Amino acid sequence: MLDWLKSVVDFISTPSISLTLILLMFPFVFPPTAWFETWHRRLGLHNLWTNRGGLVMFSVITLIFVWGFTDVNFSKILGKPDNVPIMILIYSVFFFLWLAMKSAYENDAHIAAGEPVQEYYPPEDKVLVWPDLVYIELIALILMMVFLLVWSIGLPAPLEEPANPSLSPNPAKAPWYFLGLQEMLVYFDPWLAGVVFPSLIIVGLMAIPYLDSDRKGSGYYSFAGRRTAVFVFLFGWLVLWVFLIVVGTFFRGPNWNFFGPFEEWSVTKVVPLININLSEYVWVKLLRVGLPANPLVRESVGIIMLVLYFGLTPVMLARGKLRPLLDKLGSIRYSLIIFLALAMVLLPIKMYLRWTLNLHYIISIPEAFFNI
Amino acid sequence: MSEKPIPRAALNTPQDELSPAESVKRKGFISWLVVGWVAFASATGTFLAMIVRFLFPNVLFEPPQSFKIGFPDDFQIGVVDERFKALRGIWVIRDSEGIYVLSTVCTHLGCTPNWLRTEGKFKCPCHGSGFRKSGINFEGPAPRPLERYRIVLAENGQIIVDKSIKFQQEKGQWSHPEAFLKV
Repeated sequence: MLDWLKSVVDFISTPSISLTLILLMFPFVFPPTAWFETWHRRLGLHNLWTNRGGLVMFSVITLIFVWGFTDVNFSKILGKPDNVPIMILIYSVFFFLWLAMKSAYENDAHIAAGEPVQEYYPPEDKVLVWPDLVYIELIALILMMVFLLVWSIGLPAPLEEPANPSLSPNPAKAPWYFLGLQEMLVYFDPWLAGVVFPSLIIVGLMAIPYLDSDRKGSGYYSFAGRRTAVFVFLFGWLVLWVFLIVVGTFFRGPNWNFFGPFEEWSVTKVVPLININLSEYVWVKLLRVGLPANPLVRESVGIIMLVLYFGLTPVMLARGKLRPLLDKLGSIRYSLIIFLALAMVLLPIKMYLRWTLNLHYIISIPEAFFNI
Repeated sequence: MSEKPIPRAALNTPQDELSPAESVKRKGFISWLVVGWVAFASATGTFLAMIVRFLFPNVLFEPPQSFKIGFPDDFQIGVVDERFKALRGIWVIRDSEGIYVLSTVCTHLGCTPNWLRTEGKFKCPCHGSGFRKSGINFEGPAPRPLERYRIVLAENGQIIVDKSIKFQQEKGQWSHPEAFLKV
């Protein structure tokens, strides 16, 4: 029975399946529109953000970890000192998510009833930085130092032999906080996944207050008033960052193959995989004429597709559902937001293309080291 | 008395009440400013130049880029020779037509792939790029094939490998006569 359950978990853990499940569930858990909101209520998912819901989530995570420690293979991954931060990450992400959503739902109820929100501080909604805030920060700082000291003494960082350039560890994993980036590197060229996308993430996060000037929800937790914005942010944070870190930690084994959590990390696991560029699909498989010599002609299909993706989609959306957004933000802010969102969605799109069609690159010009 | 004490600097003091040392002339101020900035810029520039100079050491303690690896008969047909991987960073491969030398640096982000004999491929442990025995990339994110190094015969019949000259397949350089040693 337990073995059967383990193989089910291994199967579901395959990123193509787990990501699909998460993407299907996500809008119902964090409803971006009124339609999803009604289903969110009907399915009772709003109960997640109550004390009982928090307890259920905590128990489920703990149960999975306890189960994992009883398994030979999963306990090897969970027991690594490197992976302790990931377990702390999973607990803390769920805790703070729960805390924020609980406060947001309570505030939404207050707002609906015409009362001031919980964070409102009478009489003028102002708190002093000194001493109120600075004292809290000082105490948090001291507690954090104590925690880090106890951790580093109790669980020493693993020291390994001196680095050998001719021998990369198998699997070679980045520090835990970069495992999402490393996962991204599997699907994109290094200059894109290592330079352009991280810069876009940082610049895009910095740009949020300038792009989204809506004052609603500023200074207090809320969901109902800003549900689309919260949904988009949580999609990028929970799915494209935290989930990919979890995938990189638990599901990537030797030779960077996928392994279920209960699967043995075998160096000899054979995964047949042949990646094909879009140009080869079009010219060789579809038109049967062979690749043109000129790289620009050869990659024209991919270039056109990407230009349409980034150029036409914003226009289509502006004519359709996102017309109110364009009217509200103006064309510059609107196009910047849509560009950042499209760049963000390009990652799951490319992942699915790789998993389903074995697509190597949409545009592949190795002569100039330019691949997308 | 509820009035706050007013700082002296805030009072409108007439010009003639200042002592000569306190009144700095505009011209003098600007010339001191120029001197200061020039000194600062030259000091910073010198430090930067020293840092750049540090990147180009006088002596490089590394094995020579050009070396002999033995006679062609030392290499078996169909075998990927890993003897030179640790020290030289190359794989020597002999097929039915001749010998070529592959770099052990993955073309994706520079990790060192492993040769998996049973599967007949090089597999990178960092992001899962795979290369065939010829060096051609076929799986994972690696955008181009492994690089080949110059390989020629010395006068005494030994093979010389020169890592300072590399041949890239995507640039059509593998057909160069020195990228492949016919045996």
